[in-house]
Amino acid sequence: MRADLGCLLLCCSVFAAAAAEPARPIPLKSGIEFASEDIRKLQADDFANPGMLWVVRGEKLWSEAAGERAKSCASCHGEAAASMKGVAVRYPRVDAGTARLVNLEGRINLCRTRNQGAPPFEYESDELLALAAYLAYQSRGLVLAVAPDAQSRRRFERGRDLYHTRIGQMNLSCAHCHDRNWGKQLGPETITQGHGNAYPAYRLEWQRLGSLARRIRSCFYGVRAAMPPYGAAELLDLELYIAWRGSGLALEAPGVRR
Amino acid sequence: MRPARRRFVSIVASAAALPWLAGRGAEAAAEALAPLIAKITGGAPVREGRVRLEIPRLADNGHSVPLRVVVDSPMTAYDHVLSITLLSERNPRPLMATFHLGPKCGRPEVATRVRLNGTQRVIAIARLSDGTYWSGTAEVEVTESACLDAT
Amino acid sequence: MLARVQLPRAARRGEAIEIRIAIQHPMETGFRFDLMGRPIPKNVVHTLVARYNGEEIFRAEMGSGIAANPYLRFYALAEASGEITFEWVDDAGNRGAERAAISVTG
Repeated sequence: MRADLGCLLLCCSVFAAAAAEPARPIPLKSGIEFASEDIRKLQADDFANPGMLWVVRGEKLWSEAAGERAKSCASCHGEAAASMKGVAVRYPRVDAGTARLVNLEGRINLCRTRNQGAPPFEYESDELLALAAYLAYQSRGLVLAVAPDAQSRRRFERGRDLYHTRIGQMNLSCAHCHDRNWGKQLGPETITQGHGNAYPAYRLEWQRLGSLARRIRSCFYGVRAAMPPYGAAELLDLELYIAWRGSGLALEAPGVRR
Repeated sequence: MRPARRRFVSIVASAAALPWLAGRGAEAAAEALAPLIAKITGGAPVREGRVRLEIPRLADNGHSVPLRVVVDSPMTAYDHVLSITLLSERNPRPLMATFHLGPKCGRPEVATRVRLNGTQRVIAIARLSDGTYWSGTAEVEVTESACLDAT
Repeated sequence: MLARVQLPRAARRGEAIEIRIAIQHPMETGFRFDLMGRPIPKNVVHTLVARYNGEEIFRAEMGSGIAANPYLRFYALAEASGEITFEWVDDAGNRGAERAAISVTG
């Protein structure tokens, strides 16, 4: 396969040194900068961008009562435009109540179970993605601002270590592509810096909106490693590290990617 | 087909088809679709021209390729476009869509996003109110993501 | 079925207005399989009709060659104030509808 061959060639010729010090790529570049004109146009057009269908759905869900307590998100949080602005750029973070690391989707589900008395939404369900996209949309244009604190430090370090660990049959770490070789060609694509600032994003490949966790799982598959299940601690650790690494980039959700 | 297999097939097929495609005329593209086109037009001849099909020369992904069709027509009560049909050379179902227009549209134009099963020619056929059929074709090379995705 | 429609609120008589519609729909091709290997039946939005004050002005007949979350852009001649309605149906018989008002001057 052409893609495999490309990975293999890169693998043999370029990746000599392995261990890498954790650092943000300089300069920070959003994946959209590596995308084609068609994709940039699609993301920039709020009507044509198919991800906006999920945002509109999320807007409806925001004020729909759910669960035993028949409360909606709006019952507690009011207007999302005011209350949710600047929220998404701070995730993943440790939830004070449970002392658990959660991403935006996890936070939505905590609200469901804790405050609404409703079952959590399934991973990658249209409802969960819609609410996550709607919340992220309230912070569109704001810069990611995630830094490890005392509570999340260990998870951050695990994410950083995993990011730099070779995995899968291709024996590649995240850093091999996204730290050391961004900007270079891999088959028909330009390797990006691997940021999460477009997510939840509409990938043409998926033909629907998807989470950053799904995108990271795709990378596991891409290097022929076993994919951690949705909700796995490794995925969250990586999301936290990636969010720190991309802090300074503007949130684009719902972004459009290949 | 599983995604990996489908991609493998499409990559091999598109690599094999490229040099052959490059030297081919629109007539040849239409030839493969001739029976379908004859069915659409009821056997009436289709002339090249008056239809402009805009599609990226290089598409990021076959799942969603933007395209626009503009027909040379004044869109008056007596001279307008009745329909625009989109055909794919290589899709398992070559007939992608038919759009029915009329003088009430005011402008002989439609845009959408299509699925394309690999590098190929796409054909747009317009039926005008005088009973004539016109076509425009465009070649599009469909690329794929570098990394496989089984999520 | 969730959908979005975009057209100008006001136009001058005789002007061709741009109409855009996007529908949230997987446009299942019928060629895919689920995780258990069972074929996923074909289900696409096969027909969409736009009417201007009740009169049909545009109709789309679509197949599996139209991308997921179908998007259409076309035009309508602004003739009188009123309403433009959109109706569509998929292979499973699910129907959707949207409407938008337009005010025409001149």
